[in-house]
Amino acid sequence: MINKINRRTALLGLGAGTGALAAAGVLPRSMGFAQAQSSAPIKIGFQKHATGIGAAYGRWYGATTDAAVKRINDNGGINGRPVEIVTEDDGTDPSRGAEALEKFANQHDCDVAFGTLFSHVVIGSAPRAGELKIPYFVVSEGHHVASGGLNRYTLQPGITDVKSQVISMAPFVANNLGKKVTMIYPDFAFGHDHRDFFTQAIEAQGGEVVAKIAIPPTETTFTRYFPNIPRETEVIYHVMVGPAVLTFVKELGEFFGPSRPEIFGFIDSLEAVDINSSGLEFLEGTYFWEGMPRHAQADQTEYDKAYRAAVGVNERGASIDDPANVSTFAHMFGCWETLNIIKAGMESADYQGPQDRTKLIEAVEAVTDMPESEDHPQGDKLFNGKTHQTFGKQYISKVSEGRLVLEHTASIEDGLYEDEVDYTTQSF
Amino acid sequence: MTLHIAVLVVLLGLFFVLPAYHVGAFSRIMVLAIYAMGYNLLFGYTGLLSLGHAMFFAAGMYGFGLTVNLFGFSVAPAFLTGIIAAAALALIVGYLALRTAGVAFMIVTLMFAQTVYLVILYFGEYTRGDEGFVVQQAQRSFAGIDLTGETERYFAALILFAICFLAVAKLVQMPFGKRLVAIRENEERARMLGYDAAKLKLHALIISGAVSGIAGATYGLLFGYVGASFSTVQYSIFPLLWVLLGGAGTTIGPLIGVIFMFYLIDISSGYTDAYLLIAGVALVLLTLFAPLGLVGTLRKRAFPWLP
Repeated sequence: MINKINRRTALLGLGAGTGALAAAGVLPRSMGFAQAQSSAPIKIGFQKHATGIGAAYGRWYGATTDAAVKRINDNGGINGRPVEIVTEDDGTDPSRGAEALEKFANQHDCDVAFGTLFSHVVIGSAPRAGELKIPYFVVSEGHHVASGGLNRYTLQPGITDVKSQVISMAPFVANNLGKKVTMIYPDFAFGHDHRDFFTQAIEAQGGEVVAKIAIPPTETTFTRYFPNIPRETEVIYHVMVGPAVLTFVKELGEFFGPSRPEIFGFIDSLEAVDINSSGLEFLEGTYFWEGMPRHAQADQTEYDKAYRAAVGVNERGASIDDPANVSTFAHMFGCWETLNIIKAGMESADYQGPQDRTKLIEAVEAVTDMPESEDHPQGDKLFNGKTHQTFGKQYISKVSEGRLVLEHTASIEDGLYEDEVDYTTQSF
Repeated sequence: MTLHIAVLVVLLGLFFVLPAYHVGAFSRIMVLAIYAMGYNLLFGYTGLLSLGHAMFFAAGMYGFGLTVNLFGFSVAPAFLTGIIAAAALALIVGYLALRTAGVAFMIVTLMFAQTVYLVILYFGEYTRGDEGFVVQQAQRSFAGIDLTGETERYFAALILFAICFLAVAKLVQMPFGKRLVAIRENEERARMLGYDAAKLKLHALIISGAVSGIAGATYGLLFGYVGASFSTVQYSIFPLLWVLLGGAGTTIGPLIGVIFMFYLIDISSGYTDAYLLIAGVALVLLTLFAPLGLVGTLRKRAFPWLP
């Protein structure tokens, strides 16, 4: 018998067979995994203000996000993999915001989370990002990240924070508009940030805040506050947000009539509102901070032009399809730039999957200069890896004949301040 | 009692079978169910409809969060401060608001809650107003256990839920609970029988406020965030909806109501931005066809033994 099988050959055969099976079983599986890794989409969880008070922002953050992702995918995706956006509504509510992060991490298997504007949603969500160990890139302009209140998993690389915005305005205000400032702001955290940061900054410029008028958040009419504006006021600094802003401007106009002090405001009040809306005539000749000039300027860059075309907004910052639908132009560029930073970070970290999340964070922390480009159409950026906060140019526009005309560009240096935290010392 | 133990056993079992996301969701549901149970004690058992219970939730939350952040309290004393803050607020509000009844009581509690909200904003220097603040991971460990992990969070929520659940179930079985029901059914008659209705209602409100405060403090502890949005009208309406949905005056109704509402919004928001419309329609249908809530209707139609 040639094929006589004894116990020894049987065992040998069995052993070899098992080995071969194991190799056959394991190898293709790991190779299959590698293949799946290399072609499966990178999932980015987009926390969106689809409902609630932030819905106008959410709509435009969504449009910008879609446009940015389309461009990234048209250019070959991230590490050769397509990008897929998974959207969850946060209802502009911190509790639902935290639930959205849980969904991204545990239900949709997202690689990173990204979003949202309102500070309370970011602050309510950030602890969950840290616990779920999912990088959370926010586009909020709050000072919460740089203040050290959050954690190593939360970064704000695509938009400057309110502290930087406010202090970079002080030199222009003091040198061009006046040194005695009356501030009118909503009596909650956002308004208090403006009050505190600007008061310090204007004093550093030799100016002073002569009156601070806090408006309770439930207020719908403002006339009774205006007599508190001191006569010596040279500049009114206003940062009213919410639907009452039209009333506010109208009543301010009725109060002052033709002889008014200089007026400087933050465009936050008028995001998604046409500057030519009836009732806003009084704003003619006043000044606004803009995160990015809403109206295309005479010296418009090619990057600005390409960005507008991709997002679908016209030269007045309104939807091309519906010119009455004005965008949140001063903020939404942050989504575009943040997604490009995620892409750059993932490529420099050779990101393969959730096991590389900490490498991604370290890669983004290592970023410093981001020059103005198609990736960064708002302008040059300087990222501070320690505080997880980006710094950039700020724009001041003047309303002339119903257009926001760029009057001054504050440099990155104007908005720098001392580090308040070093997140890189925190463990992951 | 068997049913209550069974509910707790199911909740324990869910931890082992549910996928990660739903484990997290149930941690939150149990905390909110504590809040609903606190509300149910006043509304379901005593018949007092408050539209301002968010102030007690917020009192517990801020009592916990502020003492941790400003005075460096550890978890146990901070948690206790939260409960005391909520109970003390309930005492003050009860003393004033219980002079009114019916619609006036609703409006007075609503106004008190609005005051609490504005007070939180007013002291923005300490509370960070509407933005709120984070309770850091390092500040959230109890007896050496880091409560920020998913497992620890679930069991912390389960233990606190179990304590409140069994305590409330016991309380409503006791003569005190029966007297509250007597007030709900006919306050005049209860008074004629010699019960001090005013005092009983005040006690009910204090316990209800304290239990709501436990929920608020637990939320701050387990989810690491303290913010003014939890003191808005929305968070006063939620427990009313949960209790109405689940079944007012039943011990497991609040939990059922929270689960139902949570998943109704969770699932419908995956399909449409108009999920509140779906939630609204579901509520209208339930009110039309099951006015006693899910558990209340079951009790009436099929299981009269339900507690």
